[in-house]
Amino acid sequence: MEKCLTTRIVGASVPRKEGADKLLGRACYVDDMEREGMWFGATVRSAIPRGIIRSIAFDRHIDWSEFTVVTARDIPGENHIHLIMTDQPCLADGKVNHCEEPILLLAHPDKHKLRKAVAAVHIEYELLPPVFSIEESERQDVIVWGADNLLKSYLLEKGDVDSAFSRAAHLVEGEYRTGPQEHLYIENQGIIAEYSAERGVTVWGSLQCPYYVFKSLRAVFDLPEEKVRVIQTETGGAFGGKEDFPSNVACHAALLAMKCGHPVKVVYDRIEDLAATTKRHPSRTRHRTALDKEGKLLAMEIDLATDGGAYATLSSTVLSRATLHASGPYLCPNVRIRSRSWATNNVPYGAFRGFGAPQAVFAMERHMDEIAAVLNMDPVELRRRNFLHEGDTNATEQLMREPVILDQLLDRALTESDYSARRRRFAQENSGSTIKRGMGISAFYHGSGFTGAGEVYLNSLAGVDVTHDGHVRVLVSNTEFGQGTNTILTQIAAEALGIEYSDAAMAAPDTGTVPNSGPTVASRTGMVVGRLIERAGLQLLALLREHAGLGASHTRDEFFAACARYRAAHGELVSLCRYEAPPDVHWDDEKYHGEAYGAYAWAVQVAQVAVDTVTYSAEVEEFWTVQEVGRVLHPILAAGQIEGGVAQGIGYALYEKVVMQDGRMANNQMTNYIMPTAEDVPPIHVYFEQIPFRYGGFGAKGIGELPHDGPAPAILNAIRDAIGIGFNSIPLLPEDLYAGLVSNQPAEEPVLP
Amino acid sequence: MNTARNVNGREHRSGGQATIHFTVNGRNRAVTVPPMKRLLDVLREDLHLTGTKEGCGEGECGSCSVRMNGELVNSCLVPVLQAEGAKILTVEGLAVGKHLHPLQEAFLNQGGAQCGICTPGMLMAAEQLLAQNPHPTMAEIREALAGNLCRCTGFMRIFESVVAAAAAESATQAKAPHLEKTHHAR
Repeated sequence: MEKCLTTRIVGASVPRKEGADKLLGRACYVDDMEREGMWFGATVRSAIPRGIIRSIAFDRHIDWSEFTVVTARDIPGENHIHLIMTDQPCLADGKVNHCEEPILLLAHPDKHKLRKAVAAVHIEYELLPPVFSIEESERQDVIVWGADNLLKSYLLEKGDVDSAFSRAAHLVEGEYRTGPQEHLYIENQGIIAEYSAERGVTVWGSLQCPYYVFKSLRAVFDLPEEKVRVIQTETGGAFGGKEDFPSNVACHAALLAMKCGHPVKVVYDRIEDLAATTKRHPSRTRHRTALDKEGKLLAMEIDLATDGGAYATLSSTVLSRATLHASGPYLCPNVRIRSRSWATNNVPYGAFRGFGAPQAVFAMERHMDEIAAVLNMDPVELRRRNFLHEGDTNATEQLMREPVILDQLLDRALTESDYSARRRRFAQENSGSTIKRGMGISAFYHGSGFTGAGEVYLNSLAGVDVTHDGHVRVLVSNTEFGQGTNTILTQIAAEALGIEYSDAAMAAPDTGTVPNSGPTVASRTGMVVGRLIERAGLQLLALLREHAGLGASHTRDEFFAACARYRAAHGELVSLCRYEAPPDVHWDDEKYHGEAYGAYAWAVQVAQVAVDTVTYSAEVEEFWTVQEVGRVLHPILAAGQIEGGVAQGIGYALYEKVVMQDGRMANNQMTNYIMPTAEDVPPIHVYFEQIPFRYGGFGAKGIGELPHDGPAPAILNAIRDAIGIGFNSIPLLPEDLYAGLVSNQPAEEPVLP
Repeated sequence: MNTARNVNGREHRSGGQATIHFTVNGRNRAVTVPPMKRLLDVLREDLHLTGTKEGCGEGECGSCSVRMNGELVNSCLVPVLQAEGAKILTVEGLAVGKHLHPLQEAFLNQGGAQCGICTPGMLMAAEQLLAQNPHPTMAEIREALAGNLCRCTGFMRIFESVVAAAAAESATQAKAPHLEKTHHAR
């Protein structure tokens, strides 16, 4: 199984490429940058969730002549943030659809004068009735978006669900809910922009997708490609929160820069960042499941709804991924999934690690444990009986062509966690203790890369070049924000070219330099972009063999000598490759049928949880995660991705509550939006099984999002195991546990193996 | 709140400004700034030591942690007047010449830094711990770092880094105790 693993650099834990700079405090984040004559920008935002702007007045106590003020009327191009749709204004023009919607921009040379000035802009509104929940939106009494509040819907059907229900031995229903989750990257959003008539717009900033920002700026400024340049600065965490949102900040900073004639820095403080930027979509998922008497799945009917917030942003694609992960890694002949994303007057929800999958997996994996209870079956056994295997088809009837080793992952997770023995022991100990312990499990997959034809549509271009001073550069628009892009892509380049890791570097993430290799999202960097770099490296070697006398095998010195010969004779030495879809990939976007993803990464996770029945706190005491992500390119970075994702998943389950009051986040401070700290995160045990994927960079599949999908259901399943109450909603805070414990009779007894 | 007058006699005031003298990473520095200016901003804006980061501005995230007179402080909560005469250590003062500090070396090798934004503060918290407790238990490491939030790593590799650095430092100390002493003297 572990084939083609003989590599020198890929698979080794080389030092993080930009690691020393980060450790020495030299890495340059956007707020560490200054430009000559730089001013500072701030945003005046809506105080109400929905209404008409009646008037804007400027307080006389402020000398406004010192300030530059920008409104929608200053926008030279189109007043919208370019994304999937064009419904979101860059600056509100006459009406607002959510709290914190940007209305007006201010710039001043002294950043300390901005706070007072923002407060001195008085806006009067005529209030319109707002909508704050999925339920209110789907009732359609108040229409806040389009004709029907519906941002997007999908219907996926496999087999004949209705007739399968009529032959079921068991029918189990459940409703599951997830709340919004804040990314809480430690570096807030920030951009520096410059404008000149000659060179157009240049921005530097904390962002994931330079070409998303590039397209937004082009639309807002109505500029040709050569007059827009986007440069990513060192980025202090993103997790999806810097996928689409930085386009807003960049357009704002650039509008101010154009009008005031100075470079402008816009850096949010934490309070503004939490209040005004995107979060994970809240969801409600209803499962209705038919099983035969052996516990085999006969039919699944799933109704999934998300709150998209006030504008479409990425809600359609998040909903797509939720839909495609809703039925889990299980074989079921009859499946119907209806999904809808509803508009509300909440701040628009956006991309967040997992991108709809954590919501869907929470529902599916909690539901599996409820099914097990109804069937009086061990939850492990129920899963095992229904796992997908190689040669099966999933809900979109995608044939599992690659090996599927869920049984192996499950066995290892059970062994490493000593699952059965611990469960038995806790069952004995719990009766005499106020601390009740339990074990919970989740099994899931995560599709790598863009959905369906998405990668074909992206048409990514990436490659390597060799500079005149003999350095190999990786040319991609994919960015580093902690996950290890710089390191794994230079490993791949060095490996493919037969040179040393230290010989390869990343070209600056600058749209003026690098081609568009697609966004850094969707767990696609290692698999899709890594494969492009591998191919580009091999293509470069072929070029040198044909035109510069490089031998069939070569040393590092021979490689660079051949590069010098090639450059002397031909000039530039560049090798670019464009994305090519693997063969036999078919996707029907209308019917949601076919190869939804190029590959899937698989995982089984186990949580040990202790519930204190005196304080009503639930604590994860230990966590095991076993995954198959194709080839592991860098063991330490890979483990770091898994551990970080699990920690965020633990926060999603037990700590992180976005308190919404009338469309506004009430707890928009780190003081009261609580993430797990060094004292809260349990020991996390990480195990990889490696099956190289033939179309991934040196065998890699996606890894970054996978670990966030499973912790929440595993933890709530462990709580069910501990106290016999199945909670169906996250986050589950002590007050929720209290409510459950005092009001609920314990559900069906957990079944011991 | 204190005014500049309450601080010891060396500084003078001009237009709401005070001159504050302190030692940063072993260098004597003087800045003339509003006395209530945050130490964080003085380090970043006046001394151009941008290694110290702001994450929340309210003492929750620990990204702005520096050592001041041997104590770990959130520099976003320290008005610079309180730093008069203080000895301050920031991330820029950890490495000696080209040699990474054992903590930096360990964070690099063990994967203790991902996006890097919490890293300077995390290093200072770890340095504070090891200065006071060269052989911490895992529980002591967790407690010492509980005021520093990291959103990327899930902390596991940070713990490993501190363990590795403690081991490396005690190995160094066994070989050349005088070097270690000068190191902590800053």
